[in-house]
Order: sequence, then C-alpha cells, then structure tokens
Amino acid sequence: MKPYLAACLLVASAPLLAAPIDSGQSRIDFTLKQMDIPMQGQFKRIGGDVTLDPANAAQGRANLTIQIASISLPTADATAQTKQPAWFNATRFPTAQLITSSIKPLGGNRFQFSGKLTIKGTTRDVSAPFTLSRQGALSVVDGTLPVSRLAYKVGEGEWADTDTVADSVLIKFHIAYPSSK
Amino acid sequence: MKPANNARYAAPMVLLHWLMAILIVTAFAVGLKIWSLPLSPLRLKLILGHKSAGIAVLLLLALRVIVRLASHVPPLPAHMSPIEQRLAHLGHLALYVLMLAVPLSGWAMSSAYGIPVVFLGVLHLPEWIASDPTLAEQLRWLHRGLNLLLALTIVGHAFFALKHHFFDHDGMLNRMRLGGSRSMEK
Repeated sequence: MKPYLAACLLVASAPLLAAPIDSGQSRIDFTLKQMDIPMQGQFKRIGGDVTLDPANAAQGRANLTIQIASISLPTADATAQTKQPAWFNATRFPTAQLITSSIKPLGGNRFQFSGKLTIKGTTRDVSAPFTLSRQGALSVVDGTLPVSRLAYKVGEGEWADTDTVADSVLIKFHIAYPSSK
Repeated sequence: MKPANNARYAAPMVLLHWLMAILIVTAFAVGLKIWSLPLSPLRLKLILGHKSAGIAVLLLLALRVIVRLASHVPPLPAHMSPIEQRLAHLGHLALYVLMLAVPLSGWAMSSAYGIPVVFLGVLHLPEWIASDPTLAEQLRWLHRGLNLLLALTIVGHAFFALKHHFFDHDGMLNRMRLGGSRSMEK
C-alpha cells in the first residue's frame, strides 16, 4: 500500500515538480536607511525550491529558506550586531522563510506573488511583483519586497528607534533555478 | 601705538584658524569617543556628526588655502635663525597636509565600507573608492595613524606658539589673536 501511495503522490505532483534553486546564482540584497543614509546588505546563503511555469503561473510556488548567519553588512561590527537577540537572534531563529500561496500573471514576464514571510519567529502576509526571465539554462526571478523590520521585531530596544534605522527595509530578491524544459 | 598691520594674519585667516581649530579638536574628541563605543544608536549619531565635521574641515581648508595665497602672511620674528624659520614653515606645511589627509582618509574609509558620506544630512558626497572590506579596515588604521600625527603636530604647534609668546616675548600669539591686534608686550 505504501509504495502505491507514494507512486500516486509522485504522479500527481509530477507537473509541479519543484526545482531546487541554484544557490550560487541566487542572492538576496537589502537596503536599509540609517539616519536617511542608504546602506546595502545581503544574505549570502539561500536555499529552497521554485516551481514556476510561465504558461501555468497559477500553479507556481516557491519555498525559500534564508540562512540568517549568512548576513553581510558594510562593517564587521554591524554584521556581528545583526545576529544578536535585539536584531535577528540568529541562534534562536537561524532561518527566515518565504512560502508563496499564490502567483498571478500580470502580463508579459511580470507576475505577482502572495505568501507568508517568517522572520524571527514572526509570520506576516507579503505580496510583491516580480519578473521572470530566462538566462541560459536558468530561470531567474527578480523583484523587490518592502518590509517593515519592526513588524518582525528586527531591531528591538534602543534599536527600535526609527530615527536611527528606518522601519522600512527594501528586500531585493534574485532567485535562479534550473528551467523546467 | 598699534603694531603695523603686517605683523598680523589677515582677519579672514584668523577667523578660519580658530573656526577650524574648534572643529578639528571637536571632531578628534568625537572620533576617540566613537572608537571606544560599541555599536549603538549613539555611536551612529556621533559618526554622522563626525563625518560632517570632517567634510567642513575640508571645505574650510580649501577656503583657507585660497585666502592664505591671496592675503598677507606676516613674517616670522627676526630673532629666529634661518633653520628655525625653515622648521616653522615645515611644521605649518605638515599641519596643512594633515588637515587635508585626515578628513580624506576618513571619507575614503567610509567609501570603502560602502557607507555614503552625507554632509549635514543633505549633500550626498560621491563614493570615490569601490566597496572593499579589506581596504576599509586598512584605511581605518590609516585614518587613526594620520590622526595621531595631526594631534602630535597640533600639540607641537601650540607648544611653540606659547613658547614664543611667553619665553621669547615676541608677541607671537598676536599674529593669530581674535578681535583685532593689541599692542605687543615689548
């Protein structure tokens, strides 16, 4: 019975077979504003899988896992600081996760995803437009997602002050995965 | 009787000297505080002010060089030997070079960290060095080293100015005194 069930599931999910992302080609950058001065950072290690056929976008989905410890900011001080409990608390919450619930075509190569973003144990609904392009054997998803850092309690205590670090952080995602065909 | 006007620096030079002295000493003290503090909102605010002070020093320095070239520079006291005069000129040259090098090294360091310098919260200065964490760390040490040199040179400058005034009694401080000239003590 069990092998049969597994086979059924496999067949049922075949058109949606998730492709693991190409971690080396994928990156998540973010821009924060420190006293109105823009500053760039990034997460270097991202994993997960993406299923997205442009012809059948509604069936698409993505599940991304971001390793918090792979964060990088302009200074070593800042990089170390963001792993502390007041910021990401990387020991207790080593990953952030984005799981899409729906993908809608917006025309051409543009789409909109809705889903849930979990950072530091807090889950919020998020939605953002993105583009899909082919780069050789890879499909690449590019988009930006503004988030409120305070909604996820990233930057607590003295760091909750938005005059020092603005609440809004712009996340830029560039996710590459093997094209299905 | 008033001493001849040519015994003093031109009024704009005197003003620039003291304005920059206040800025430099303040920026230096704030820099030391930044060095000692762990990363905190206060530290970030101090860095912001420190950077603006440094850029202000650069702007005032440019103005000061122009004013100096265009105005009368009083001769050094006649009792100084040619070697002493040469050393005094070298000391002043060192001050000018360091007043340029210290803020530039700070600006370069910020650029290398990938953090833009924004003067007084409005003027976004260009980043003239590509983001490079290793270079940024090296520039941080360069900035500290140059600051140490500047601090030592300023201490020497003040020491000799006081030595001239109180031991040689040549009215040295009068050359840079704020609020017009006063009669010399001798």
